[in-house]
Amino acid sequence: MIDWLPVHPDVRAALKDAVAAPDPDRRQAQLVALAQYRLGYLETIQLDRALQQVPADTGSGLSPVRFALLASATVDHLLPAIRVAGVRRGLRIEIHVGPYGQYRQALLDPTSPLHRFCPQVVLLALSAREAIATIPLTATAADVAAALTAVTDELAGLWHQAREAFRADVLQQTILNVADPVFGSYDRLVPGAPARLIARLNDELADAAAANGVALVDVARASERDGLAEWFDATRWYQAKMEIAPQAAAAYGELVARVIAAQRGTARKCLVLDLDNTVWGGVVGDDGLEGIVLGEGSAAGEAHLALQRYAKQLRERGVILAVCSRNDPAIAEAAFRDHPEMVLERSDIAAFVATWDDKATNLRMIAEQLNIGLDSLVFLDDNPAERSRVRQSLPMVAVPELPDNAALFVRRLADAGCFEAVAFTSEDRQRGEQYAANAARDTLRQSAQSLDDFLRGLEMVVAFGPFRAVDVARITQLINKTNQFNPTTRRTTAQEVSAILADDRCLALQFRLLDRFGDNGLVSAMILRLDDREPEVLAVETWVMSCRVFGRQLEVEAMHIAIEAARRRGARSLVADYIPTPKNGVVRELYQTLGFTRSREAASADGATRWLLRLADHVTVPTHISRRAEQA
Amino acid sequence: MTDQDILAGCTEILRDLLADDSIVLTMTTRREQVRNWDSLAYVNFIVSVETRFGVSFGVAEVESFEDVGAVVRRTQELLAAA
Repeated sequence: MIDWLPVHPDVRAALKDAVAAPDPDRRQAQLVALAQYRLGYLETIQLDRALQQVPADTGSGLSPVRFALLASATVDHLLPAIRVAGVRRGLRIEIHVGPYGQYRQALLDPTSPLHRFCPQVVLLALSAREAIATIPLTATAADVAAALTAVTDELAGLWHQAREAFRADVLQQTILNVADPVFGSYDRLVPGAPARLIARLNDELADAAAANGVALVDVARASERDGLAEWFDATRWYQAKMEIAPQAAAAYGELVARVIAAQRGTARKCLVLDLDNTVWGGVVGDDGLEGIVLGEGSAAGEAHLALQRYAKQLRERGVILAVCSRNDPAIAEAAFRDHPEMVLERSDIAAFVATWDDKATNLRMIAEQLNIGLDSLVFLDDNPAERSRVRQSLPMVAVPELPDNAALFVRRLADAGCFEAVAFTSEDRQRGEQYAANAARDTLRQSAQSLDDFLRGLEMVVAFGPFRAVDVARITQLINKTNQFNPTTRRTTAQEVSAILADDRCLALQFRLLDRFGDNGLVSAMILRLDDREPEVLAVETWVMSCRVFGRQLEVEAMHIAIEAARRRGARSLVADYIPTPKNGVVRELYQTLGFTRSREAASADGATRWLLRLADHVTVPTHISRRAEQA
Repeated sequence: MTDQDILAGCTEILRDLLADDSIVLTMTTRREQVRNWDSLAYVNFIVSVETRFGVSFGVAEVESFEDVGAVVRRTQELLAAA
């Protein structure tokens, strides 16, 4: 069920070796590396224990998350797999398990251990039996509708409670449909048939979740894909009230950790495709354009076409596509242009790298061209040797295992779940066009006499205004996904961003950048907060900008706008921190460039610097961006 | 496969599960004689024995194994019947 992960030649030995490492940093690094392999149930328990025994203050790069699991079935056997799947994504998930079946009390009682734990993420997991226990087989359609509404209403109340109490992100698990048919196929026509009830409840949960900004952990869908027998084992249910079978623990841990990671903006951004025997069958350099296997009429050709269609769908939802191939670039590009069966077009590919260099070098080049991190890449290649070389030299790139059979490529890529999302924003919908427009901008840049010429020629407009409710999903995504232009790297939740809308101590601004080639979308957000002790000082708590618009003077214009807004609020000065990370070096000089002076007061974190700007001293520097104010 | 092979496999599984290499199971070892062998570890043990030897115990069996020997003998029977 976790077939996209590679098999380790000897997990036992590697575990023993890692545990024996006396230096905790080294031990942790070896254990984290092991989490990238396909581990069995017992191996997962062992790895998890070893990871838990590493001192918590070990410098790891793992970000901590407090996660509460409130369930009405036994879940203790699932915890190691959740934590290991978290580690696989750079998260150190600390888990609180609510008392068995008593999640209502735990949520409502402010003195409960759950409240002391103060989770950042809460997952509600109802068992099937509990969800529909009171609805009789003879229930009419109207009875059923009323009963299911009551279930979802109660859950929505608990979601609200979790949010109010902890400002936590809320996840709802769909109901595993373990009900056996009572009539057979006719079940689906009987409103009160248990299997029908659960299916319907899952639909209603999805609607309610969408309406309330709650994310789903869709075990029902996963069990349909894998088969219920993989997910539910009646013996374990009767033996220990385990609704999710131990053999599904790894797959379950993946589902949970993916959603948590997606909320924190650590899902991957870019699918990098190999060409020969991946995007099409055969080797275009040897077989020629006519010789490659692609398209209707050939079984293998249809399978490769299906992968292209799937990649195209990913592009439509905002995943960036790239090509990394050992090929003659002219021949590779010609296939995109001239082969009649190609579904992917050259313009779908944001970075096209075909060289004879090794693939690790090419992947580095792709990340650089797109201005994204290597840890945003997913590399799909049919060749096991290439995959293993890339894993070796670039362990931060996700490289799903592929079977030899091209018919299974799409399934495997989808199962790997690298592009898990918790929102589908208008920026996502437009991202493909935005990257295509970048090509046009590049042409202008090359023909321009100077940088000034280029910027003037873009005819840029910044549309700005306060945060609006419709922007919350995108702003949350932007804050959590931005690593480079992010001086403080503070992460947030949709709940916290929503709270800022109504907080009059905050000045929160969003910026969209338009130019003659199109709308870059909402590309920057700034949150300034009134200092409690000094009411005339506004602190820049968060400022992020998409890497797509670096070098366009937007930071200068955005700061002008913020300064004017701050003046209107009666502020006299701004204070801003720069907290260095391995990724945000691009903003090390930001505040200095914008006219701030270095404060003698040391900011708290290691290597952090604090910057001050007296608004009276600020001199406005003209840019090539004109403004358009938007109302709330 | 002999009973001793299965017993050795059981010992290895429980050592891995409880991270305790001092554990030595015999045919007459009972759960309460092994430190930390709680109910979750018991389910994990049964699941791991099933996976390792490719067998599957019934619901009545998993709640009535009196000692490790009972698990070993039942595994042996299931392997013989396969």
